[in-house]
Amino acid sequence: MNDLLINLARSLVLVAIVMTAMPYTTWFERRVMSWMQCRVGPNRVGIFGLLQPLADGLKLLFKEDITPAKAERVLFWFAPTIALFAALAAAAVLPFGPTVHIAGADVPMVVADMPVGLLYLLGMSSLGVYALVFGGWSSGSKYSLLGALRAAAQVVSYELILGLALVGVVLVHGSLSLGDIVASQQKMGFWTILLQPVGFVLYLLAACAETNRAPFDLPEAETELVAGYHTEYTGMRFALYFIAEYINMFTVSALAATLFLGGWSGPFWPGPHWLLLKVGLFLFLFVWIRATLPRLRYDQLMRLSWSTLLPLGLLNIVITAVAVVALQ
Amino acid sequence: MQGTRERTADGRETMRINMGPQHPSTHGVLRLELEIDGEIVVSCRPIIGYLHTGIEKTMEARNWFHAITMTDRMDYLNPMGNNLAYALAVEKLFDCRIPERAVVARVLLAELTRINSHLVWVGTNAMDIGALSVFLYTFRERETLLDLFEEASGARMMTSFIRPGGLAMDFPDGWMQRCKQVVDGLPARIDEYEGLLTHNPLFKERMIGIGKLAADDAMALGVSGPLLRASGVPQDLRKLHPYCGYETYDFRVCTATAGDCYARYQVRIAELRESVKLCQQALARMPGGPVRTDDRKVMPPLRAEFQHSMEALIHHFKHYTEGLRPPAGEAYAPVESPRGELGFYVRSDGTGKPVRIHSRAPSFANLQALPLMAKGMLIADLVAIISTVDPVLGEVDR
Repeated sequence: MNDLLINLARSLVLVAIVMTAMPYTTWFERRVMSWMQCRVGPNRVGIFGLLQPLADGLKLLFKEDITPAKAERVLFWFAPTIALFAALAAAAVLPFGPTVHIAGADVPMVVADMPVGLLYLLGMSSLGVYALVFGGWSSGSKYSLLGALRAAAQVVSYELILGLALVGVVLVHGSLSLGDIVASQQKMGFWTILLQPVGFVLYLLAACAETNRAPFDLPEAETELVAGYHTEYTGMRFALYFIAEYINMFTVSALAATLFLGGWSGPFWPGPHWLLLKVGLFLFLFVWIRATLPRLRYDQLMRLSWSTLLPLGLLNIVITAVAVVALQ
Repeated sequence: MQGTRERTADGRETMRINMGPQHPSTHGVLRLELEIDGEIVVSCRPIIGYLHTGIEKTMEARNWFHAITMTDRMDYLNPMGNNLAYALAVEKLFDCRIPERAVVARVLLAELTRINSHLVWVGTNAMDIGALSVFLYTFRERETLLDLFEEASGARMMTSFIRPGGLAMDFPDGWMQRCKQVVDGLPARIDEYEGLLTHNPLFKERMIGIGKLAADDAMALGVSGPLLRASGVPQDLRKLHPYCGYETYDFRVCTATAGDCYARYQVRIAELRESVKLCQQALARMPGGPVRTDDRKVMPPLRAEFQHSMEALIHHFKHYTEGLRPPAGEAYAPVESPRGELGFYVRSDGTGKPVRIHSRAPSFANLQALPLMAKGMLIADLVAIISTVDPVLGEVDR
């Protein structure tokens, strides 16, 4: 009974953290981009515009919910929830900090430290593709369909790169559990990025593509497809896609921090603040890239994935595997 | 999915989609009927007319003086250039002499507007292919130019400042210094845009080899301006048929040979730099004296003269009751607008109303090359191609 309560509490805390981080990621992105583009950005609602995300959320909540006449209704209504579900579920295996003692019980700061955490995370993020494909297809609009096709092709090929980048990390630490990987980095005394620089770069590229962020934001390329797979969505359904995208950004950043930069461990006072700091760094990087780079074209994206990143990823795995075996 | 199903020559099924007129990257209300095979454009048919405002007809219904205000509204990125072309055409009818200061000022203003227009182009082109920030940087500089226009003419975009017979009025005090400051600051800013784009591998990947246009095809379709020069034809009216004394300025006709989107980018960036040089030369040689011709048939006298001249009062009265009355005849005056050959054909029967005013708008002719350039490209490329044609729909539809 006690365990169940603790688990429930941890899940709630996680959802609270992620759902708070998400709106502030949008605020952060808008402010940072404005700063880079000689603009002011949202600064009217609350101090420094801090209440802007809430105002935006309220606005979307009160928008009319339109279902196009040609839509496949059930899928059209259901698709955005898949996006949000997959995004939230993926965050469950992220370790936020060391085990703490609350009310006489040892509470690890993670919802579920599974032995196969990484596999689970990959699986959940693959599930997100269905949201894009279903959403685009069921809208009954050609632009949405094109967006959905792009999304499917892109996410499937970059999932592969993501997987390959992670295999290197798994080989180094000998575990699929995120908790173990952090512990292993603490034991080694340095971060994985030093051993897996190629894997790190591959991971970053794949993460950008996986979350549909610039310069890989083809599925929603505004200038070509108007808005891509979510063209026909309005109000909160539309917002669900966005919430999912920003939660995914948070998750991939947290995963990058956990796998490559030691997670919640730091040179002093290990704890969640280190993780958040590292996540912030990655988010800043994402925004920076978005403000700077033009968008790749569909075929160029595919070529990059299959003819450059894939061989590089395989080579990285072979070299890592040989080194691991040789050093044992 | 509803829609007509058609087949390509080799029997593949294609999809017909509509792009525009309300689309974020067709630069206004251009509508394209696309036939696509996957994402490859099989055919592309531009459909125009969504911004038809009857500008030419309206000009013919008003008098010669009113028509000036219509010219800015055709190509809203090049108001001074349009004013200039119209003024030159009307002056040809009158065969009048323009004060030297006005001639130099016209070159300065025309080049400032060219910079203004090319800045918008660099920004929107970068934005169309996804580089967001450049757009805001170019608009930051454009803002300083618009401030200058506002100070001189009272309007930021619809200036109507260059008029038959000279300029509407002289520049305000200190305007030339401020203009020089802005112009001198531009090369460093252009370097900044180039730093973000010119050698950016992603940008090059999106632009090189895209939307190729051969010189022959371009000539056959009546394409002009940077679009033609990027295909290797050094055609620039400022050199071919100099007006406003362009032959006395030191500048180069910028060309490129590749004929693709990247070549058009290079040509426009080079033209930005040339225009800056032209502005600096014009500012340096700006003579003193009046900016309005004293030919009373072309330009009304200023109010101050009424006090001591009966004739001035009569001219003023005639001017504002009957309007300009160019002698009967016809004239065509072409200028090099940022988009290509912009010409006004005017015909007068000696009354206060034009018989015919027609504008040879470069965007209209350039847009004809779009289907040729788009064939076989991807939808994503189409956006880049439309952007490098740089159409202004106000000018296409008129």
